[in-house]
Amino acid sequence: MSNGPGISGLILDEPLLWEKGKPGRTGFSMPESDVPSAPCEGSWYGDGVDLPDLSEVDVIRHYTRLSQYNFAIDTGMYPLGSCTMKYNPKLHEKLASLAPIAAAHPLLEDELSQGMLRLIYELKQFLAAITGMDQVSLQPAAGAQGELTAMLMFAAYFRKKGEQRTKIIIPDTAHGTNPASAALCGFTAVSLPSGPRGYVEPVDVAARMDDQTAGIMLTNPNTLGLFEESVREITDIVHRHGGLVYGDGANMNAVMGIVDIKRCGVDALHLNLHKTFSTPHGGGGPGAGPVCVVDELVPFLPTPVVEKDGDSYRLVDNLPDSIGRVHGFFGNFSVLVKAYCYILSMGPENLKKASQLAVLNAGYVKEALRDVLHLAFDRPCMHECVFSDKLQRGDKVTTLDMAKALIDHGFHPPTIYFPLVVPGAIMIEPTETESKDDLDTFIASFKEVVAQSSTDPEALHEAPRRPKLRRLDETRAARKPKLTGDM
Amino acid sequence: MMEAVGIDDLAGLFSHIPDECRFAGDIEVPGPLTEWDLTRRLEGLGQSMAVGHARAVLLGAGSYHHYIPEAVKSVMGRAEFLTSYTPYQPEVSQGTLQGIFEFQTLIARLLGVQVANASMYDGGSALAEALLMALRIKRKKTTVAISRAIHPHYRQVVKTYLAPSSFTIVELPVDASGRTDLSGLDKIDECAAVALQSPNFFGVIEDLEQAATVIHDRDALFVSCFSEPLAYGLLRSPGSLGADIVCGEGQSFGIAQSFGGAGLGLFGCRSEFIRNMPGRVVGETVDMDGKRGFVLTLSTREQHIRREKATSNICSNQGICALTAAAYLAALGGSGLRQLAKLNYDKAAYLKNGLREAGGKLLFEAPHFNEFVMRFDVDFTSVRAKLMDKGIIAGLDCTRFYPEYEGAFLFCATETVSRELMDELIDEVRQ
Repeated sequence: MSNGPGISGLILDEPLLWEKGKPGRTGFSMPESDVPSAPCEGSWYGDGVDLPDLSEVDVIRHYTRLSQYNFAIDTGMYPLGSCTMKYNPKLHEKLASLAPIAAAHPLLEDELSQGMLRLIYELKQFLAAITGMDQVSLQPAAGAQGELTAMLMFAAYFRKKGEQRTKIIIPDTAHGTNPASAALCGFTAVSLPSGPRGYVEPVDVAARMDDQTAGIMLTNPNTLGLFEESVREITDIVHRHGGLVYGDGANMNAVMGIVDIKRCGVDALHLNLHKTFSTPHGGGGPGAGPVCVVDELVPFLPTPVVEKDGDSYRLVDNLPDSIGRVHGFFGNFSVLVKAYCYILSMGPENLKKASQLAVLNAGYVKEALRDVLHLAFDRPCMHECVFSDKLQRGDKVTTLDMAKALIDHGFHPPTIYFPLVVPGAIMIEPTETESKDDLDTFIASFKEVVAQSSTDPEALHEAPRRPKLRRLDETRAARKPKLTGDM
Repeated sequence: MMEAVGIDDLAGLFSHIPDECRFAGDIEVPGPLTEWDLTRRLEGLGQSMAVGHARAVLLGAGSYHHYIPEAVKSVMGRAEFLTSYTPYQPEVSQGTLQGIFEFQTLIARLLGVQVANASMYDGGSALAEALLMALRIKRKKTTVAISRAIHPHYRQVVKTYLAPSSFTIVELPVDASGRTDLSGLDKIDECAAVALQSPNFFGVIEDLEQAATVIHDRDALFVSCFSEPLAYGLLRSPGSLGADIVCGEGQSFGIAQSFGGAGLGLFGCRSEFIRNMPGRVVGETVDMDGKRGFVLTLSTREQHIRREKATSNICSNQGICALTAAAYLAALGGSGLRQLAKLNYDKAAYLKNGLREAGGKLLFEAPHFNEFVMRFDVDFTSVRAKLMDKGIIAGLDCTRFYPEYEGAFLFCATETVSRELMDELIDEVRQ
């Protein structure tokens, strides 16, 4: 194994929290009580919770060791397709936790919250400017909730118009959450297979679009990393039948300053701030999934809405057609702060440059690997490219084997087995923050893995060997679920 | 690199984008700002916040000021946790996975349920998803009843989530003691679930044991929610009192208030409902060498496999907030959690008694945790304004949420409020 940064380091084993500690220890600097003890009476007072008692150093070592089992952007290249794992600048994290921001209570009078309301107002403006859309709600806490919010708005829009529309068209290249979001709003998903070149074909949309259909959920660039070149034709068809177009903006990182989403004919678009706008994903969240809409849908946006009134900002609640709240307060505000910082630190030219370089990096990887891996669709790619294991199947080497082998070389694997339209898919999204040197190392490592599939396939079946654990038995986990230490 | 991809300039990468889709002109956003200018801008925004100057905020209502140990902040700031994605590749995500498995265990113990998921967005959406889950389990029933003493915002989220479906939401009134009045339950047909909050929005501890009996007699599921889980350090857990699904907000556990987010939706239930539960879960398994390890599991419930038949559309959750809550509970420990909960209870009792002696009238007499509602003979709005000048934010005017309790204020006292400061507040009311 010559290429890649992956070598072994010292990994310390760490028991589960409750396998450690001694009763009476604490890692909390408990304040002395300066008030009398109040009586606790009644059957509702309990005996306390069975949690382990640990010292501060116990806690620190526990979590420090756990952290060392994780791969992260800060430890290496993370080309996870559709997830836009770009570098997250350190300053933004610090600014989001400035004392007055971290301590801001969400229920104070508007006059006492001007700074945070201003930030919300300005970020809405920034996102509208970047997408070309008219208005924005920052409330959705993640991409899937942004989708749900858009679908709730579609449902409210047709209810207001007195139309009964029960179906929605979803191409097979859409993100997996799309059908689930639509179903929550009572829409039946009408599946739309993509055409032979990997695009949604306008003629197929026309065949499915009628006055019972609310519209279409379109991911563009789609999950094959291709820009839907007929997007305007598709959206025109939907609009002609009175329908609405939802755009999944998870792949916005490919098109900032290059594509105007509103001009494409999209009526509602969600963004993933934890992808395009560089807020860290925290091993699963919190994310943020703002929804950008055209004027026609503005009355349906979630409340409260932040408006500017002269030099001050205020919350407006009484919008009769609004779908209402989707979050207890204003969404994942701390995430919004980091996205706001990212946009300001980049500025207009660098945002566009980020998209250009993201696409350049993906194109470079595509050209470098196309001789050794099967390219699913040979079309100009955007910010990600999709290969498959078709050429390796003869050697009985799968996408999974190659993904796991990349771990030993020191890389996080790409997204695998997605999109579903490509059997054995390998979806690579390098992002703009990887240098040519790092891309070259990744490419060389991948080529080495591919070469090994004919020389020593057995070794690939055994990969990975270098992390703390080897391949895990997922069937066993699902068959007899053990979801807590007490089961 | 451009040569390798066959272009002369960067614009060449986008030559296939149709003209009618192209972005015209420059993006209209400010910047670029240097690190130092950006810092000044954010500090400026912070300075216009009241809380930046306040000595104390005696207000909770779903967002609580608690001390956060530096050890928790420090270890949760580690980039290995912060800059990783959802743990799709378990071999290189064991840190997050073990951490979430521990989180699920601690939360299940805290709430008195057998299983807990890896988190939901917040208390409001957790409650909405709990009710949708109950409707799935009780397939033929179409109504849910929710207490008017549940956080008004949570009720609004429920309304939003259920709006496009044909389900009915019935609101249960609050009785004179501040608890939910369940006497009207037998008039509600087809009731799939009943939701209460304890401590409720007024800080009142509901009689969950009694409620469980009444609700189960109606063959409905009992959903118990919360906005202040610290209470369970002192109170019996909702699960042990008979709740079938327990959910709510976990911000109190080591997470900054941050203008209401990112918070943490907590969610647990009885084990028989596992396959109907929304959200991601981590389970224990072994690797090829038989060593203990953890993976995301039961994904057959989830959207990428089940698509439109999924139990929920949730994908990203509140990962690092969940790990933070677990680290916070680990730092406190079982003994510490109890001590801290008692301290909150005592502080609130001191403020409550002091305000009563100063002429305040408790709106609800039932036992409280760290919040309570009071009315005053004097015009409290002007007292509150005076206190504000002294850097004390005293209570929340309930009128905007509950017109029927006009002039009543919801107070909160946590471990962060000193007796001296509470005395200052009480004195101001007395004058």
